[in-house]
Amino acid sequence: MIPPGTKGPRLAALCLLGVLLFNYPVLAVFNVAGTLFGVPILYAYFFLAWAALIALMALVVESRD
Amino acid sequence: MLQGPVIVLTSFAYLGLLFAIAYYADRRADAGRSIIASPYIYSLSLAVYATAWTFYGSVGRAAVNGVGFLPIYIGPTLVIALWWIVMRKILRISKQNRITSLADFIASRYGKSALLGGVVTVIAVIGILPYISLQLKAISNSFTIVLQYPEIIMPAKLGAVPLLQDTALWVALILAAFTIVFGTRHLDAAEHHEGMVAAIAFESLVKLFAFLAVGIWVSFVLYNGFGDIFTRASTDPQLKPLLAPLEGVAGSYSSWVWLTILSMLAIMFLPRQFQVTVIENKDEKHLNKAIWLFPLYMLAINVFVLPIAFGGRLHFPGGNVDADTFVLTLPMVEKQEVLALIVFIGGLSAATGMVIVETIALSTMVCNDLIMPALLRIRALGLTMRPDLSGLLLGIRRGAIVLILLLGYMYFRLAGEAYALVSIGLISFAAVAQFAPCVLGGIFWKGGTRRGALAGLLAGFAVWSYTLLLPALARSGWLPSDLLEHGPFGIELLKPLALFGVAGLDQTTHAMIWSMIANIGAYVGVSLMAAPGAEEHRQASLFVDVFSQPDEAGGARFWRGTASAPDLHDVLARFVGTASADEIFREYARPRGVRWPQEPLEADAALVHYVEMHLAGAIGASSARVMIASVVKEEVLTLDEVREVLDEASQVVVYSRQLEEKSRELEAASAELRAANERLKELDRLKDDFISTVTHELRTPLTSIRAFSEILRDDPKLALAEREKFVGIICKETERLTRLINQVLDLAKLESGTAEWHDTRIDMRELVSEVVTAMSQVFHDKAVRVELRAPDGVPAVYADADRLKQVLLNLLSNAVKFCEAGRGRVEVSVSGEAGRVRIDVRDNGPGISAADQAVIFEKFRQVGDTLTEKPQGTGLGLHICRQIVERHGGTLWVESRVGEGACFSFTLPVAPSQRAAAAARVA
Repeated sequence: MIPPGTKGPRLAALCLLGVLLFNYPVLAVFNVAGTLFGVPILYAYFFLAWAALIALMALVVESRD
Repeated sequence: MLQGPVIVLTSFAYLGLLFAIAYYADRRADAGRSIIASPYIYSLSLAVYATAWTFYGSVGRAAVNGVGFLPIYIGPTLVIALWWIVMRKILRISKQNRITSLADFIASRYGKSALLGGVVTVIAVIGILPYISLQLKAISNSFTIVLQYPEIIMPAKLGAVPLLQDTALWVALILAAFTIVFGTRHLDAAEHHEGMVAAIAFESLVKLFAFLAVGIWVSFVLYNGFGDIFTRASTDPQLKPLLAPLEGVAGSYSSWVWLTILSMLAIMFLPRQFQVTVIENKDEKHLNKAIWLFPLYMLAINVFVLPIAFGGRLHFPGGNVDADTFVLTLPMVEKQEVLALIVFIGGLSAATGMVIVETIALSTMVCNDLIMPALLRIRALGLTMRPDLSGLLLGIRRGAIVLILLLGYMYFRLAGEAYALVSIGLISFAAVAQFAPCVLGGIFWKGGTRRGALAGLLAGFAVWSYTLLLPALARSGWLPSDLLEHGPFGIELLKPLALFGVAGLDQTTHAMIWSMIANIGAYVGVSLMAAPGAEEHRQASLFVDVFSQPDEAGGARFWRGTASAPDLHDVLARFVGTASADEIFREYARPRGVRWPQEPLEADAALVHYVEMHLAGAIGASSARVMIASVVKEEVLTLDEVREVLDEASQVVVYSRQLEEKSRELEAASAELRAANERLKELDRLKDDFISTVTHELRTPLTSIRAFSEILRDDPKLALAEREKFVGIICKETERLTRLINQVLDLAKLESGTAEWHDTRIDMRELVSEVVTAMSQVFHDKAVRVELRAPDGVPAVYADADRLKQVLLNLLSNAVKFCEAGRGRVEVSVSGEAGRVRIDVRDNGPGISAADQAVIFEKFRQVGDTLTEKPQGTGLGLHICRQIVERHGGTLWVESRVGEGACFSFTLPVAPSQRAAAAARVA
């Protein structure tokens, strides 16, 4: 069912990682008082984790194999 | 600068620019040099996902509940990672079956059912109306607000306006006209709108630029960076609750999850997303880059949402400015006219992009899957006989565009005011999510049937209408509000916002849970209850097994009947025009070696399927089916026959796999055989060499024995001394011969592995001194000094004592042989080293050159020139020694330099039980 090559499974794994990162309980871990460079931690976490996830996806898609 | 005429002129100039881009792109496409065949343009066109909702609504949502706007963008980021698996399949299916829209896709999957296509179309149109109304609301609101400049007055405060002065109506009409010129200028057989895609990609850049501009201005000009905004917000008692820790996220964690799921489905099944992702896709490979570029775009357009939201609330503390308008009102209140105009254009581009693509996609669906199949079925109209229908098709599409926009406007008038932008959009998201079970089920599960899909869609849609659409109308005062508070006829269990008593969820979550239960339950349940028909079965296998289909003609093998090529040509020409039909036929004939139209084409299953596919590209699968059926005489295949064809095909696949497997095995076997043959040949050659060498070696002593025997026989007068000397030579040569034969036998045994070994524990010191003692007479005769160095504590080895003696004797006699008489010295030493015992035999003879060292261990190789010098040995000794040492798991080697003597060494592994002890000693 999954087409050949390793990109499919890797991307699916990234999807699962994203589901984990942007869900309870991981969100609750970051949903606390405090700031990072003046930005509330939860807000900073969202954008940093999001950017990291996109970077990983780019890495997988653009890899040679 | 923000006067009415300037704004109107700028808006029209912008639309004009869009049109110019589209026109240019269409021209290039006609010339065969597409400008949209790039993964970057493809990714930007996907960004049509970001509408006025994103541009204005996200800030409004963020100002109310912090991160609540985010799941709408994080959901697509997550699901797009699965596109490699899911969307590639949908793309492949759509290309093979020439799918023209989402409705066409679903209808085609479930047996080209016109009914199903119609239902999907109706759901899509009704479901999308709120979304279109959202765009109209955003454009007309932003226009109204800008017109009040320098005052900041919310449109709601201006009171109701008469119909003809309502900007939203004019916006709807202008957009309809624009979309018509844009998307339905001509009929494309493949439903490609290159111009539209180019314009949409441009719009994506404009809205991103505008939003980033206002975001940077708010964050870094109006305030001193992100930290400044959040610090100020934290001192404001009203904003404090929006700064972490939030109470759940987006209201609660459960709504967060459902909003994420909702947006995951929306990004795939919104008609306009399906249009740009699937229908307008030029190359499957473009998907790769889009998988990360599109999420990156969403990230970029969301970075400044929170700063603008907090900045806006700090700036307008009274709450009399709608948060949905912060993007626009912040620059206005600070008298930034240029920026405000840029924002207005950005919002316009976000809204127009959505409206254009959405209405084109919907009008295609309405025309191909709702109206045409119905018209074609009404025999009285005789449409199947009309010579040219392309005009009719365009007319229907244009009408559909106007109608959809007017319906959107009507929804705006009916229900638009009661909700914020995002809430309106979510209603549409929930509607298109109803397509998910039958599409995803359809491409991965062959068991899904037409009835199941129909039941699922209708059930899901009914629940959606009841829990989302009905409350929206009730809140706007068009239905009694009693309905919401007490349920229909006072039945509390049926309250639309708390169905069966499930309360405490937000409206969207509540609707999604119930509609998905109804939808998936009905789809799976009904599918399992009744078997699919023949046509469904065959389409199911074409869709689910798309990656193992041979090619586009995969469907042809299911067709049986009679047809005529001119009829097929006629029916195609009616919809796509004669010129295109001619071209399509020529393309078909060329690879088959037929010079059409001079030579006739055979109207076989392949041609019928080919024409049907092209027709489907213009009018959708179900209409194409009807048209084809009207010109050919078709034998309807029964379900069993379809199954047979499918089974045959899968059998063929299985057989060919087995065949491949077999041939691979054969290849491997023959390679092995070849290698074995090579080895045998090599052995044969070696044997020949060996025999010829051995016979040569045997002949040398025999020759001299014979020569001296003849002398003794023929010359009786020979002196006694001479006689004794000759007999002595004969004896020596005989001995040599015996030795040689013994060694050859020995070697044969060693090499064939039949030699007998009697391994025992041996103390090497004892063995070496025994051999040295036995050889002492030889040393003495040649006056060669021998030294034995054997320290205590050398571990024992496990080996055949006689064989080791043979090795030592050989090495020692060699050493003696090459030592100069009188000055010679031979040194024998025994030592233990890391798990091994080492024996060295060193002499001070002439030494061995490097070239000779390389060969002395080979058979019949001796140092020195064998032609001129009398050989001093058989040439087998060292070879046998090495064989013996290696048999015991050791190594034998030589170190030497010419003129400095030679040192033959060998090592043997220590006997097992002593290895540990020996290792300890060495350490």
